[in-house]
Amino acid sequence: MAKNAVITHPESLKRPAGPSEYAKDPVNASLSKADKIALYTKMARVRHFEQRCIRTYQQGKIGGFLHLYVGQEAVAAGTISLLGKFDHIITGYRDHAHGLLVGMSMKECMAELTGKVTGCSKGKGGSMHYFAPDKNYWGGHGIVGGQAPLGTGLAYAVKYRGQKGSCLTYMGDGAINQGAVHEAYNLAALWDLPIIFVIENNGYSMGTSQERSTAHPGCLAKRAEGYNMAWDVVNGHDVYEVRAKTAIALKRAHEESKPTILEIFTYRYFGHSMSDPDKTYRDKEEVKGYRETKDPVFLFEKELLNEGVLTKELVESINAAAMEEADAAAVFADESPEPTLADITKHIYWEEDNRGPKTTSSGTIIFE
Amino acid sequence: MAVISYREALRAAMREELKRDENVVIMGEEVAQFNGAYKVTEGLLKEFGPKRIVDTPISEAGFIGLGIGASMLGIRPVMELMFWSFSYVAFDQVVNNAGNIRYMSGGLINCPIVIRGPANGGTNVGATHSHTPEAILASHPGIKVVCPATPYDAKGLMKAAIRDNDPVYVMENTILYNDKAEVPDEDYIVPIGVADIKREGTDLTIVAHGRAVITSLKAAEILEKEHGVSVEVVDLRSIRPLDEETILASVRKTHRALLVEENKPFCGVDAQIAYLIQSRAFDELDAPIGRVSSIDAPQIYSKKLEDLQLPYPARVVAAALKVLA
Repeated sequence: MAKNAVITHPESLKRPAGPSEYAKDPVNASLSKADKIALYTKMARVRHFEQRCIRTYQQGKIGGFLHLYVGQEAVAAGTISLLGKFDHIITGYRDHAHGLLVGMSMKECMAELTGKVTGCSKGKGGSMHYFAPDKNYWGGHGIVGGQAPLGTGLAYAVKYRGQKGSCLTYMGDGAINQGAVHEAYNLAALWDLPIIFVIENNGYSMGTSQERSTAHPGCLAKRAEGYNMAWDVVNGHDVYEVRAKTAIALKRAHEESKPTILEIFTYRYFGHSMSDPDKTYRDKEEVKGYRETKDPVFLFEKELLNEGVLTKELVESINAAAMEEADAAAVFADESPEPTLADITKHIYWEEDNRGPKTTSSGTIIFE
Repeated sequence: MAVISYREALRAAMREELKRDENVVIMGEEVAQFNGAYKVTEGLLKEFGPKRIVDTPISEAGFIGLGIGASMLGIRPVMELMFWSFSYVAFDQVVNNAGNIRYMSGGLINCPIVIRGPANGGTNVGATHSHTPEAILASHPGIKVVCPATPYDAKGLMKAAIRDNDPVYVMENTILYNDKAEVPDEDYIVPIGVADIKREGTDLTIVAHGRAVITSLKAAEILEKEHGVSVEVVDLRSIRPLDEETILASVRKTHRALLVEENKPFCGVDAQIAYLIQSRAFDELDAPIGRVSSIDAPQIYSKKLEDLQLPYPARVVAAALKVLA
């Protein structure tokens, strides 16, 4: 007997991509023309930032890992576009888009990649560790699934304070088999936490396909049933559908304080990271197929052109501006200073960074 | 000033901090309805209710991670591990998340979390439940580790830990839970990173932490009565930060040092202390530094042998006499 059922895709993904079936969903119908242009602009900015990162990486200016989001833009853009004051987000290591979409600047993001002191984490976190707590963005986490319990904690804190909020806890399909994720699921359901687990299912946990990594009954989200949790599958190539289905989960979190698992089907065009030659585990034709028929930025562009919201000229100017912004970010990163040797031992302890009359500990805390 | 147990001192610290700050919550396995596996949290559910005193499932990676996430938003969780040995299934959360997030965010985030529970051998429960991870955890910058040996220090360090804005890991000891001593009723803290001279002496410095302090004090009595030796016992109380100056001042006075701990020998806390003494007080030493650790094997179940595996007064006396020879 086959271990896995045929993957259950969302209905809209079973048909060739056409005009979005969710354009008239209230959450999308209520968007103004300016809102729609802004949403498209955000997706284009993510696309161009990531593509500029490739060049910076190839120039040898980015060390370590670089996990690109190209192809997945509608997932972060659609979900984050709905968030309010008490809604928080946390994700894994494919985290650049989420940062840009909560309002981090391309400059601080690019400078972090090149390890500069002007980076969002002052050159101490790198690609996988972006943070912007002032914008309710809690990282950027390198260990697969390790952020899931943290997300439940953020949701717990929101609930403890009696706020009408939530925590969107993103992970890849590769995280689904980590124990910490299941412990987080259990706690979220047991304690009715206002959390949405967003599985960004791009089909591959690094180089291992879903079929080869995961026993599943058709889809990953369905595991929610084991925890008596609500779930849905989403076409992640359609930003309107992402918004419509996220809105339902968000309402569940805000009004009932209940968790949801959303499995959003998406696709990454580049390898797992820049060090992945992307030659052994999937066909070039598969990538080409997604690029040509399901590209989330292009599909939304087409949608908005049809709606008469965008014009060819506007599309060109938005993309030109995004490219220019990404180029400027690369220049900023180039020109920024490196952290100094003295910076290595800062930002380890709150107390050492905030010495004053009220701090009480003493002794040696940084050793030679 | 009342005479209370180490267990009651910990509870008093938590009760006072629960009253002082509504962000403080107590969480862990069996802490609420069961009144605590070791009764440290007894009565707190009745007094503070289920919002503040929270039973968790057996799910250390999940609930410790949850506490860390909540602490990033300003909740001050005091998480009980039934045994610190169980931290090993939550190691990614305890080390990677609590210990690194401040650094990786360039100082934008801090985690004011306390993780507490017993970390000791000597209770006849076998290797999996007898770990003493203070050296392992203190080797990670970003984490603070304290090990109280007395009721007074248990209360004062626990209160300091709860008020601290960094992750503080409090390692208790089930064998000490019933030890009683005078503890002030009024509010006080024991600052983290300040060692305490538990016994003054002139011939030999013993440096210890946790229950090894109690063992060393007993040994010091024997050394004085039977061998006429005056021993000074330095109780570290805090492993990281480490009160290096108190250790060095004592060694400069006695010129001999014996390091006693319940860890296994390899890379124990004493390895760091021995390095410190030789690097900054080498010329003060009249003899090589001695040490007493647990016998280097997984913790044995056999009660009779486990009592011999851990440091005990006669072993400390023998090691002291060697340093004094």
